[in-house]
Order: sequence, then C-alpha cells, then structure tokens
Amino acid sequence: MANTIRIKKGLNINLIGEAKKEISAIAAGHYAIKPTDFIGVFPRLLVKEGDAVKAGTPLFIDKYRENIIFTSPVSGIIEEISRGDKRVLEEIRIKSGDKPEFEDFGKADPLKSSREDIIGKLLQSGAWAMIRQRPYTIIANPANTPKGIYVSGFDTSPLAPDYSMIVKESTADFQMGLDVLSKLAGSSVKLGLPGVKSDFPKVSNADITYFKGPHPAGNVGIQIHNTNPINKGDVVWVVNLLDVIIIGRLFSKGIYDTSIIVPLCGSEVKNPKYFKTYKGVSIQSLVKNNQNEGLVRLISGNVLTGSRIKSNGYLGFYHNQFTVIPEGNYFEFFGWALPGFNKFSFSKSFFSYLTPDRKYRLDTNFHGAERAYVMTGQYEKVFPMDIYPMQLIKSCLAENIELMENLGIYEVDEEDFALIEFIDTSKTEIQQIIRKGLDLIRKEMS
Amino acid sequence: MKSLRNYLDKIKPQFKEGGKFEKLHSTFDAFESFLFVPDKTTFKGSHIRDVIDLKRTMSMVIIAMIPALLFGIWNTGYQHFLSLGQQADFMQIVGYGLLKVIPIVAVSYIAGLGVEFIFAQIRHEEVNEGFLVSGMLIPLVMPVDVPLWMVAIATIFAVIIGKEAFGGTGMNVFNPALLARAFIFFAYPAKITGDTIWTGGLTKGEGVIDGFSGATPLSKAASGAIDQIPSIHDLFFGFIPGSIGETSKLAILIGAAILIITGIGSWRIMLAALLGGVTMTLIFNVFAANAYMTLSPLTQIMMGSFMFGMVFMATDPVTASQTNRGKWIYGFLAGLFAIMIRVFNPAYPEGVMLSILLMNAFAPLIDYYVVEANIKKRLKRAAKLVKS
Repeated sequence: MANTIRIKKGLNINLIGEAKKEISAIAAGHYAIKPTDFIGVFPRLLVKEGDAVKAGTPLFIDKYRENIIFTSPVSGIIEEISRGDKRVLEEIRIKSGDKPEFEDFGKADPLKSSREDIIGKLLQSGAWAMIRQRPYTIIANPANTPKGIYVSGFDTSPLAPDYSMIVKESTADFQMGLDVLSKLAGSSVKLGLPGVKSDFPKVSNADITYFKGPHPAGNVGIQIHNTNPINKGDVVWVVNLLDVIIIGRLFSKGIYDTSIIVPLCGSEVKNPKYFKTYKGVSIQSLVKNNQNEGLVRLISGNVLTGSRIKSNGYLGFYHNQFTVIPEGNYFEFFGWALPGFNKFSFSKSFFSYLTPDRKYRLDTNFHGAERAYVMTGQYEKVFPMDIYPMQLIKSCLAENIELMENLGIYEVDEEDFALIEFIDTSKTEIQQIIRKGLDLIRKEMS
Repeated sequence: MKSLRNYLDKIKPQFKEGGKFEKLHSTFDAFESFLFVPDKTTFKGSHIRDVIDLKRTMSMVIIAMIPALLFGIWNTGYQHFLSLGQQADFMQIVGYGLLKVIPIVAVSYIAGLGVEFIFAQIRHEEVNEGFLVSGMLIPLVMPVDVPLWMVAIATIFAVIIGKEAFGGTGMNVFNPALLARAFIFFAYPAKITGDTIWTGGLTKGEGVIDGFSGATPLSKAASGAIDQIPSIHDLFFGFIPGSIGETSKLAILIGAAILIITGIGSWRIMLAALLGGVTMTLIFNVFAANAYMTLSPLTQIMMGSFMFGMVFMATDPVTASQTNRGKWIYGFLAGLFAIMIRVFNPAYPEGVMLSILLMNAFAPLIDYYVVEANIKKRLKRAAKLVKS
C-alpha cells in the first residue's frame, strides 16, 4: 500500500487561461537549444552555422566534463548561433527539415543491459542532460550512484500541464523510461503522484508516494524533503516526467526522439491548448493569430519559475509549458489603498479573500518596490519544509556557508522558494538569492 | 488622475541625478509611490507578484489602531469635563479631545517622518513605511497633557538612536514607539508620572471638583487603594484616565481582530502574552502577600496598557521573535514580566513598557535557540545515517 503524505502549507494560484485538453501537432519550424539552461556548464561548440544535423547529433560539450554531450533535438540545418554579453553562447538555432531524421543509437532492453551500457547510451545520445542531481540542480555526474532517483508525476504550479493525460499518450515509453532509471538507481524510481483521484496509468518499477495538498506539493524537492530528506554529502537524481518518456523512447526505438506535448496557456492566449512538438520549439508559430492585443510577457515555463523569452523565443530544456500573461507597466492611483475585491493576494488584507475560487488575470506589475525585511512568519505559510526560510535566505545573503549548510541549503532548490518570492511583502528577489547561495556552496565544495 | 500623473512625469526629471532638486530624490519617490503604485514590472524570478506591499501592511495596522484613537479622543474630552464637573454634549467632548490629541499625532508624524526622509536621502534609499505605524503608536501611548516639544524630542531620539543607528527599518532591536515613551519616562519622570498628567488641563491647574483624583487604576492599585479601582465595566469600555489609546479594551479588541484576520499581527504573540499575564496573576493570587496580589486575572489584564501593549507593541514583527515557536515563548514572557514588574516595583506603576523592551532584547536569543534546535535535528539525522 502506497503512502499518502499531506502537504498543508502552500498556495494554489488560480489563473485564467488553462489549456484545453486537445492536442494539435505542429509542422516543421524553428527550434533551439540554450546552453544557459544548464547550470554550471561551459559550452564548447562542435558545429557551425549552416551544418546539417540529425536529431541526436552532438552540438556542444561541457568544457570541464567532456563526456557530457548536448545534442540536437531535431533534424535540420543550424540556422544561427547567437551570443550575448561577453560572448556568452545563448542559443543554437536549428531550422527543422520536412522529414525527421535520427541518429541511430540502437534499441536495447534496459532490464537486460548493464548499468554501464545504459549510462553510455544516455551520454552518447545527449539524454544524460535530462538527469539532474540535488543538491544544486546541475547535470548529474555519471560516476556517482544516487541515493535515489525522483520523478514528480504531477505539477501543481499555476496553469501546469496535466501529466496524467501526457503519460497516457505514451505509457509504454514512460514505463521503459522508469525501467532505465531504476536500473541506474539500483532501486525503484521514487514517483510522486497526486493524492486526489487521478487517472495516472499503472506503472511498475516505481515506488509511489501520494501527495495531497496545494502547490508546491508537486515540486520534486518538496516530495524528497517529505519522504527522505537530503543530508550533507547525499546525492539524489531528479528527472522531469516529460524527459522520462524521451529516455524510454531512446531504448525502445533506439533514437533521440524529443517529441513532447506542451501546453500554451495564460490569459493572453486566445485558444489555450496542448501542442505535440519537439524540445526547444519556438513560441512564434504557436502564438501566431492566437494571442490577444496589447503588451504581453511570453514565458518559457510557468509564471513562478519560468524565464522571459522574446517573441521568437524558445522552450527551455527543462520547461514543460509556455505561458503568456499581460505586462504590468502601468501606474495605479492609490493602488495600495483600494479595497481590492479583484486583486489576488495570499494575505487577507484585500477583500478578494472572500472569493477564494475566483480565477485571476494577473500581470507582471511588481506591486511596490523593494523594502527591508519587516514581516515575519509569512514565508513559513507557503513553505512545506522543516526549514526556516527567512533564516536561510539571510544566511545566503550573508554568504555564511556553515550556517547555510546547517539551515538546510542542500535540501532546497530555487523553485521551492518561488511562492515565497510571490508573497513577499518586501519584494525581494528570493529565488536569485537562493541560486547564488547554491552556486557559492558548489564552488566552495569543488 | 491623468493630469496628476502627467504633472508628476513632467517634474520627475528635476529630482533625478543631476536635476535641480537632486537632494530631494527620496522625498519625491516617497510621495510618488504614495500616490501611484509604480509601473515597475518583474524582471527576474517570479513573473507575478502578490499585490501586498509594506504600505498596505502598515495601513492595515493603522486601520486597526483607529478605534483606539477615536475612543481616546472622546475619552480625553470626557475626562476633562468630568474633572471640571461640567456637563458637556458630545460635540464639546470630541472637540476638546481633537484639540488635545491631533497636535500630538501631528508632532509625532512630522518629527519622525522628517528624520526618516533625511536618512533615506543620505542612504540613497527609498523611504521605508515603518514609521507610519510608529508615528501613530507614539501618541497613543502618551498621557494627554504631555508637552508637545517633549513628544518631538522623544520621537527624534527614538528614530535616530532606536532605529537609524541600527541600520533603519527592519534592523532595529527595540520598538521605536516604546523607546520614545521610555525616553520621556526616564528623562522627564515628573512629566509622565503622577495623577494630573492623564487628564487634559489638570497639569495647568484648571479647577477640579472634589472627589476627582485623576489617578489611573494602576496608581490606585499600587497605593493599595484596591477598593477604588473602577468596575470591570468601566475598565473594559475605557471610561478611565490613562494614556490616550490604552483605555478602551473594546477598541483594542477590535484592532486585535483586524490584525489577526488579515494575518498581519501574530495571534501567537497575543495569545501567549495573555496566557503569561494570567499565569503570573494566578501565581500572585496563591501568595496574596498584599492587596495588589489578590486582584483577579481579569482586572489585571484590563488595567493599564497591558492589552494595548500586547496587541500593538509586542507584535511588532521586527523587534519580536521571528520564529513561530519563539513567538510563543516571547509573548508568554512579555505578559508574565509585565504583571510581575507592575506588582513588584513601586517605582514603575506600569510594567508593560519595560517588559516588552526587555523581551525585545531577548527575542534574538530566543530565536537563536529555536533555530539551533532545528539545526541539531538536521545534524542528528545525518549522523544517524552515517552510523547505519
């Protein structure tokens, strides 16, 4: 009998623009891989503009870990390699051809293969980048054996995709992916599923725990903390659910087929729905004729943790949705003093708390400016971990490594602090503070 | 609104670096963001933000204090005419109250905000909203006949020494409003103690009818005149002499409800302080060495500034304990010591001020041990794993 864990603290943010459960396929188009998605990776390019690539052709490697290879998500021509400030490699853009072509990595039965063969195939195909380790949320070291591999089977963030529906589209590949990962871990994959009734398909080689409660119950970090927290020196691996399917396909078909199902959602999308496409797809063709008038923010990922992209921007490697919301660059006369029947707030100081089920069209306005830390006891209400968030944030600001370790920095990721950042009265950039803290520790430890 | 916005946009460049009024940059910012929530959008991290900000938070606390302020204005007039033995209608009572109270509020805000604006400009920061609450708290804990220049000096002392010297809003160790009161208490003891200071006009020697003493319930209790303590009814509704905001427990309870419902004031601290106060009173009841010790918990809680202090002062998030467990300990001890000081120390009729200031000093220590327990648990977990 699987366990059910109740997550009491947290907050569901109800937004307008949930994707309808219909899937459209999109034809050939523009794709990109963004080296900046991979924390701590220093890319060395292996291709140049104009090269023809297949899905699975190496594009760049990590300078300091040369066995970590990053490959093309689709087949086509390298259209452009763009660099940003200080010549940082930003995007490798690929224009896909009409007929998908794949590098052949050979089919294999993971349950009969050795661990070394599995690692070799994952590294060679570029799928290894999908396996990340905690702490730090960087690409896993193939030489390690993790304490466990964790996959979250549901997403509770605003307008999140319905994983059950996506898995049902490719149950066999998902099962194959779980087989691969359980072989890597040496134990069943720790799969977190929603505590409420869901139609998630039955799978094997998975150690299932049910989590009941509001966001961030679907965050893999919260699930790890509430089942088997990370201690100093522990390493666990985490894989996104969409990537488990791609890994499964690598073994069942022998190709790096990155086809995924992602929703385009948000209040500024006319017809929010799911798309069947490939990793790194450009948002341009998705929002064409499907976007409301006015200034909007295009986001790869969800509104809490995603990254801002341009009108021809691309889906991030670890992102599983596109969100479009209105920009909030307007002045509001006495905005802080209004009763606020239609303003969403976690605090009960606006009358909107009388209508909890209402859905909101939230924009990107900051609603104030940065202030000193004054309020206490609020972060704890949306942070379901046995960690003192305010104290940890302050230890990161003070760069006190010993204190950060003691307060539990190894157990957290910046995404676990996204809700805290959202409700923060002092309007500080908390996810960034935690990221800098994690980066500092990583540098000190290496 | 559009014309106001346009006007602000027009004059804004003059306050920017290199502009004519560069030195008033922070001041302009403060007024602009008071009138309009800025057009700033999210850049990194979460793309959406909660609408709450410090202005909203602080204005909620001020709203919570308004019942106490309004009653204080009425009671000031009521006590005044009571002392004269004159009949007065509602308008006369409120009129006198306004005349006495509003100048104290105005002086507190002008002096405090003046210092805040200057420091914000020196530090090139935006003006923090913290003083909006302190500026209202200071008048409410003052006796009505306090000289205005004293309010100004106390406020300036509290803001500079109590807050800015520690780094400004969010960094202070002691509650600024309490510090202002403590300053007057120790620097000008004659002006804030005694029986005449609590009723408007009494210090100037205006005529008093026979039988009116002007003494607060606390000083009656301290002098052993237990039988002269007003009824629970009067203590609860507040028809008694005392600091401007502290007398009506009903008004304070309304404020407490607002703070608890909005989640801005910590119910843990309020409840723990109540428990602490009741516990100390019950211990006194057991010993009952003098008449003061025999007072019931209800009377003790209703007297003086116990409730006002525990609802509005002890809950200041900056100077209270920051952890939830710490808040229980902090609140309990604040309530306990308030009653203990009040009963034991004849030099201080009221113990709430000293009790909260004492606990302000201990709050970081309490938090230290609470957080340390969490750290120990984590280390223990890791050690257990190594063993097995």
